[in-house]
Order: sequence, then structure tokens, then C-alpha cells
Amino acid sequence: MTTPALKPAREDAALPFGTIAEPVSLRALARADHLLIAEMVAPGARVLDVGCGEGELLRLLIETKGVDGRGIELSQAGVNASVAHGLSVIQGDADTDLDNYPDDAFDFVILSQTLQATRRPKEVMENLLRIGRHVVVSVPNFGHWRMRAQIVLRGRMPVTKSLPDTWYDTQNIHFCTIRDFVDLCDITGAKIERAVALNTSGHPVQLRAPWWFWNLFGAQAVFLLRRN
Amino acid sequence: MARPRAIPTTADAARLEADQPHSEVVRFDASRTLPLDSGQTLSPVQIAYQTYGALNADRSNAILLCHALTADQHAANPHPVTDKPGWWDLMVGPGLPIDTNRYFVICSNVIGGCMGSTGPASTNPATGRTYGLDFPVVTIRDMVRAQNMLIEHLGIETLFSVIGGSMGGMQVLEWTASFPDKVFSAVPIACAAKHSAQNIAFHEVGRQAVMADPEWLEGRYATEGKIPRKGLSVARMAAHVTYLSEAALQRKFGRELQERDQRTFTFDADFQVESYLRHQGSSFVERFDANSYLYITRAMDYFDLAVDYGSLPKAFADTRTRFCLVSFTSDWLFPTSGARDIVHALNAAAANVSFVEIKSDKGHDAFLLDEPEFFATVRGFLEGCARARGLP
Repeated sequence: MTTPALKPAREDAALPFGTIAEPVSLRALARADHLLIAEMVAPGARVLDVGCGEGELLRLLIETKGVDGRGIELSQAGVNASVAHGLSVIQGDADTDLDNYPDDAFDFVILSQTLQATRRPKEVMENLLRIGRHVVVSVPNFGHWRMRAQIVLRGRMPVTKSLPDTWYDTQNIHFCTIRDFVDLCDITGAKIERAVALNTSGHPVQLRAPWWFWNLFGAQAVFLLRRN
Repeated sequence: MARPRAIPTTADAARLEADQPHSEVVRFDASRTLPLDSGQTLSPVQIAYQTYGALNADRSNAILLCHALTADQHAANPHPVTDKPGWWDLMVGPGLPIDTNRYFVICSNVIGGCMGSTGPASTNPATGRTYGLDFPVVTIRDMVRAQNMLIEHLGIETLFSVIGGSMGGMQVLEWTASFPDKVFSAVPIACAAKHSAQNIAFHEVGRQAVMADPEWLEGRYATEGKIPRKGLSVARMAAHVTYLSEAALQRKFGRELQERDQRTFTFDADFQVESYLRHQGSSFVERFDANSYLYITRAMDYFDLAVDYGSLPKAFADTRTRFCLVSFTSDWLFPTSGARDIVHALNAAAANVSFVEIKSDKGHDAFLLDEPEFFATVRGFLEGCARARGLP
């Protein structure tokens, strides 16, 4: 079954006579980091998506990778929408509700654009590495040159397209840069199996670049980790 | 109050249902006894049930509905005694969330009930008289064992889903713990893994009201041709308040007076809410057996899954059932915290679980009412399960 939110947005629009309709794939509409994450997850895996929103990534993973997917989401509206679409999602909090899961409960645990909104990111990371054989984390990069420019040149807390909230109403309370996150991986005993930085348009930043380069030009980074 | 015997009353009609219900019936003789948690054995056992929809060829589309304390097997058809619509006719039917065009839906009266499954209002074949207090005390697990006898009788190996609210939700949880391999999916609604002290307290108030009625006659009222109307009515009034919420009572009645302009300075039902509760009480006693009320409330009080299985995670160990828990924000009888405890235990068992809290001001009874978000949840969850089960 095609799920409504992933339906091509313009499917009902009349096509001009003679134009060949291009099938709009799921992929064309999904978020760039979601596509990258989907690429990292093994087919048929048991997956937990922490902070799953309305289940967009879970649906992508189920439809393209046939995973056994579960989700945790803080907002009740997100949970209800997910369950109404047949996804297994519970209302919960990454800071408090990961403790109940047993070790190695999942093949992949995913934390997509959520770490910066947790109260205790280090403990959350440790829990992720405990309950998942693999962990996929995507983080927005606060070291991106646009961010740096806003602070250095304008003396203002950065506001960007992907992080549009002002400092006083943002949910994001623990920002880090790509290099900071790499440090956290060391501290929490995570082995980086793969890392990809994406630029503001969602394209991978040059693959074989040093960390400082990613730290300057990556808008976000996606890491595939496992316990060391 | 003397009634002319010739005109059958609602109460008379209700009493007939205990032995000869307007339902499908299966009777198990002495070759198939029901072992009870109390150590006693029940035999013979009669189970009254309704079905909706059709069982498919590989018998994989059966859904068992578990009813609440004072409900019965008449989930989606007019009630044979009161003629009111079924208690879940908004949920169960063609095209509804529990779609009888797709699923074969079964609902049976619990043992201990009074609508055709063996209970205190049934005739004890050993004496030829109504069981009354000679009926053994039963538990939620006993009810589920009896339902399992029915399911086996119907030739169904695996239930596609077991669904129920309140006491029905307790039965759903018990099903997943007692017969994990027979339950593909489970929807426990507005319930908990144990009955709280507050809930036991309310039940005790109700039971004491029944037993304080002089017409209760130590439970022998049926053989004496009496009904403890006053006691059971008070029990129902008190219980009914717990099914609502302060907001719902305020919205429905406020402090409005009942068909009068001013207070009467008597103990008449001045307020609409009083009149409403009295009506709830008096209509309930016509259709429900007082001893059944004692037995079924007792079964709920005794329910504690963690104690029965060592711990809550142990009750669900290695479960492969897909769960969907539902709670309602204004339900103070079975608050969301109880559902969350179950979710945490299921997480510890790495179970497949969904959990939805529905915003509603209608209290515990919300699960029986028109709650679109709740319906969307049940529909979506079953849809996902049907895909996983390969049902069309």
C-alpha cells in the first residue's frame, strides 16, 4: 500500500498533452539524510527509529528495505499518525524510555536529527550503542561556515533554513559540530564504520576529505556506528 | 413492588438469558471440564457467543472481542433484553474499524456472566436451582481459558487479533500471556496489568451495597423470586461515576435542576445528575444479575499479571504478538500510567508494540464512544497487522 505522505505531491495535476509522465519515486521526495540512512540499513533488519516523527523514515525503510521497524516519538500527534498508518510506534522520550530495552534488542537503532534535542546526549548515545548492534546517527553541524559566519560576523545565534528556530524557542538544546560528535563517539566507545557529510542541498560533501573540511562545509553528517 | 406475573418484565427476560440465551451456544459436558485458578473445577460449562462476518478458508481472519464488566456478547447487534444497539456498534461492522467484511469477529459472554455463559445466575444441574453463591469464584484467566475452549471448538488455531477495553483489556493481556502462540495481534484498551487499590475499593463499595440489600438473601434471591434492586442500583450508580470524568459530568449536567425551577428542600432528585444516575441504576438492575456483579468485580480485583507470571516482562517473555495499547487522557479508572507500565514491560521483552494516548474528556467510557482518532488507531493498526499476516 502506498502511504499518503509519501505520495508524489503532484500526482493529481493534469499533465500537458504530449508530456511523458515521469514516475515520481519515493526517493525523489524523501529527505536526503533519510535516503542515506536507508542505504546504511541492512534489508530485513530489526530497526528502532528514535524520534521517528510521523514515521516517514520508518515507512521508507519498510517499503525499500523490508525492515521490521519500530519507533519512539515524543509528540503524541506524531505517534497517533504513525500508528494510524500501521506503524509500530510508542509515545516516549529518548532520555528516559531507552533504559527498558534489553541489550542488542535491535540490528539498527536510528537517531535522526534528534540528538541535539535530548537532555543528556552522552547517556542517550550509550543507550543506543547498548540496545543496537549498529547505530545510525545524523546530526546537524553547528560548525558549518554559515553558522560560524553568523556568530563571527553578525554576533548572532545562527538561524538557517534547516534550523529555522530562534534561540529562545528552539527544541535543540545540545548543539555540536561534526568534530565534537566524533569526540563523543570516542568517549562513548563507538566505532565509526561509515560517515558521510551532506551539504545544504543534501548532496554528499567530497568523500575523502579531512574532518576539518567536513566540519566547515557539511550542513549535517550521518554516522554508522557500532560498539567498540 | 408487586408486578402482575403474566406480563414478562425486562428482568424476567434477562433471567431467561442465563440458561437459554438468544445467542449461539456451546455446551461442554463432563468430558471437558474447566479447571479454575481457585483449584476448583467447573462442569458442565456453557458458553454463549455471537459472531459477525465469515471465517476465511484458512481460518486466519478471526478476531476475538473481550467485553467489559457489565457488557456481554452482543457487541454489534441489538441487545435481546433491552433492544439497545450493541456496545461496540460504532467499532464493529461492515466498513467499520473492525471490519466484518474482512474479519470473522467472535464475542462470547464471560463465565461468571449472566447472558448465557455459565455463571451464578445459571441453573446448577446438580441441584436444579440457580447457582447463586455455590458458583465458584472465577478469575480473568479462568474467563480466558473458557474463551480458549470456544476458540478450539470453532476450529481456530490462531486468532488474528484479540481486542477489548477495560476488563476486556485485562482478558486481552491474559490471552497474550496464557496463549502467546495463539494471538497474532492484541489491542488492550483502557486497562492495566493489575487492578489498582482505588479500583478494588470502588468494587468493594459496590459489592457491599449489593450484599446490604435485604433482598439479596445471602445470594439466594433468585430461588426466592426476589432481586436486590436497591443494592445493585446503588452499586451501579457509584461505579458509573468512575466511568465518566469531572469534565464530562460538568458538560452534560453542570448544576442544572431536573424538571423544576428551584430546589425542593427534600432528598428528591433535584439535580439532573442525580436523576441520570438513578436512571442508570434502575435500568441496570433490570438486565444484570446481582451475583454476577459480585463475581465479575472479584475477578477484576484478583487480576495482577506480574504476580501470576513472576514479573510483567516475564508475562510477555519471547512474545511475538504485535501489541497496540490505547489509553484516554481523562480516564482516571485506568489512567495512562498503567498502559505505560505495560509498554515498558513489552519493551523489555523487545516486543512489537504501539501505544497511543487519545485526548478525550469522556473518561473511561471513551472507549465505547465516538472517538475518531481512536477509530483511526484501531483501523490503522489492524491494517498493518493484516499486511504482516498476508490477509487481503
